[in-house]
Amino acid sequence: MSANDAGDVRDRYWAKTRNLTIVVLALWAFFSLVVPAMVSTLNEFTFLGFPFGFYMIAQGSLIAFVVIIWVQNWRQDAIDDEFGFGEEE
Amino acid sequence: MALIQGRFIDNIGRVYAIYTGGFLAFILLMAVLEQLGVGADTIGILFVAFTIAIYALIGWLSRTMEVDAYYVAGRQVPAVYNGMATAADWMSGASFVALAGGVYFGGYGYMAFIVGWTGGYVLVNSLMAPYLRKFGCYTVPDFIGTRYGGNLARLCAVIVLVVASFTYVTAQINATGTIAARALHIPFSYGVWFGLLGILLCSMLGGMRAVTWTQVAQYIVLIIAYLVPVIWMSNAQGFGLIPHFTYGEAAANMANFEAQYGLNPPAEAIPGLSVLTTPHTGPVGDYAEWKFITLALCMMCGTASLPHILMRYFTTPTVRSARKSVAWSLLFIFLLYFTAPALATLTKLQLLDPNLPTAIIGKPFEEVASLAWIQNWSSVGFLAIADQNADGILQLNEFFMRPDIVVLATPEIAGLPYVISGLVAAGGMAAAMSTADGLLLAIANALSHDLYYKMIDPKADTAVRLIVARILLVGIGALGALIASLQLTGILGAVAWAFCFACSGLFFPLALGVWWKRANRPGAVAGMAAGFIAGSLYLYYVYTGGAPWFGLDHLRFGIVGMAVSLVAMVVVTLLTPAPDEEIQRMVEETRVPTGPAILSDKH
Repeated sequence: MSANDAGDVRDRYWAKTRNLTIVVLALWAFFSLVVPAMVSTLNEFTFLGFPFGFYMIAQGSLIAFVVIIWVQNWRQDAIDDEFGFGEEE
Repeated sequence: MALIQGRFIDNIGRVYAIYTGGFLAFILLMAVLEQLGVGADTIGILFVAFTIAIYALIGWLSRTMEVDAYYVAGRQVPAVYNGMATAADWMSGASFVALAGGVYFGGYGYMAFIVGWTGGYVLVNSLMAPYLRKFGCYTVPDFIGTRYGGNLARLCAVIVLVVASFTYVTAQINATGTIAARALHIPFSYGVWFGLLGILLCSMLGGMRAVTWTQVAQYIVLIIAYLVPVIWMSNAQGFGLIPHFTYGEAAANMANFEAQYGLNPPAEAIPGLSVLTTPHTGPVGDYAEWKFITLALCMMCGTASLPHILMRYFTTPTVRSARKSVAWSLLFIFLLYFTAPALATLTKLQLLDPNLPTAIIGKPFEEVASLAWIQNWSSVGFLAIADQNADGILQLNEFFMRPDIVVLATPEIAGLPYVISGLVAAGGMAAAMSTADGLLLAIANALSHDLYYKMIDPKADTAVRLIVARILLVGIGALGALIASLQLTGILGAVAWAFCFACSGLFFPLALGVWWKRANRPGAVAGMAAGFIAGSLYLYYVYTGGAPWFGLDHLRFGIVGMAVSLVAMVVVTLLTPAPDEEIQRMVEETRVPTGPAILSDKH
């Protein structure tokens, strides 16, 4: 593998990593900034007996953050492996 | 110990399983002693003394004279345990003691802390932790100093780190002092020094290695101490086995009780104590949503820039395990943070719902005044009832309480045995001590590694470096305790300020250091200096009575700081030459998980 190919692999690896990060940050902004701004509207709905807006800032968004990070790590590990940057544990 | 053979690191699971079992057995022993008639005071003292003795033992067993072990725990902490240690590092006395009380009184507006202190980990995971781990630095200024080059950039990072962390640590020493004073029946000014002694026992001999293993132990204590009372109370009062998913009706009914009793300010306020005037579930007032979002944003970006958290991810073996450990951290933190609103709601319901035996609002005044828990907390001035409209009935705006006693008083309100109160005191102590340890170590390491070793005496040998680090640790701890004993700031205000200082100065220089190859030294210095100075000036302006811009009060000054920091960094970077090829190659290396670290071991 020539130096050029290696550089090319890195560029493609970084492009994929960057795209994943952009998706993650968009989801993060939705659950941390958009949802709390809409609590009044969401409170008109009921979820598990909770006013829905209150539920989201007390639990829903928090659960979303946990899921986002676990899924991101799963996808990022796959990207690492695809380009041969996966590490031995 | 015969049960443990071979290296500690191969036996961690077993060690902490034994430890957890031992702690549960200790709780049972205390419960038995209580039944045998041992006094509440003795049980409180035993809880605090026993747990601190265990932490000190771990601290002593982890002593070290190796640089790698002292600064980054030898980079061999498995992801799950690093997650627990980060969670303890993260959840301070404020989270443990004050969060549920804040939700009780502040409702919607206060929950920005809950969203902010969890959502921040998404930023840590996607922007910071894996790349800083690949870099191989010992401290956060180490990254800034190497990535941008030069002592000026390093010095700016050290200054921001010290100011943010020191603001935070005085609040934590204050919290340990408060809890120690109450549990051990000593004056607050002694309690502060006693708390500091416990903190230093955990960190001084073993640095990061000792702090890591005590923090894991402290996480186990604090999460048991937070969950047991809530779940017990929920079962005793018929809210279901796991209250988190079943308190929806209670939250929905809250609006009815609020309408029934009225959310009115008291006829005559009592200084230091609060009356419930904010609705539980939704925003109210001008800018309510905007205030939520700006506060949450400050807390999230602050999370991603606070050095005592970032440096925890330098201790994992690999980049992948650093990411994995962020995921574990958030899961462990989530366990406490999604319990806090449940606790606040259930406690409020117990006081307000006339169908429950614990209700006090709307009851005859004399009857409430004779309750034991009302008398206990009134006698120390943390609670008050006053029949201000003289109708003989306790109204909602006649019940005054200090917000940070909600967690501590809840077991008594629900009529749980005293052993639970002792457990909660031990948990609060664990939360405050673990955070104080992480912060003190972050400050002392930045000063000893970045200021002393990298800038003042690069030829210093290992023994001298580690002795300097320890002297600084003791000195800064003593200074923190001294300031805490003056009680200048409230716990919550100081914590929010620490986040705002950190995000004003460090967020963009750290994030753009990885994500923008073009970012250069003048830009980073401008970003750190301008952001930090602008934020501090704005804090001074609003705190001395200036009218806040767009509702950005003193808890949210990080928004101003970050905006200035971003603009300054981008503009100055674009006006000055791009960094040289070596730096650009370094950034490329940082982005790839495999290969050697940028900074070698023992740098």
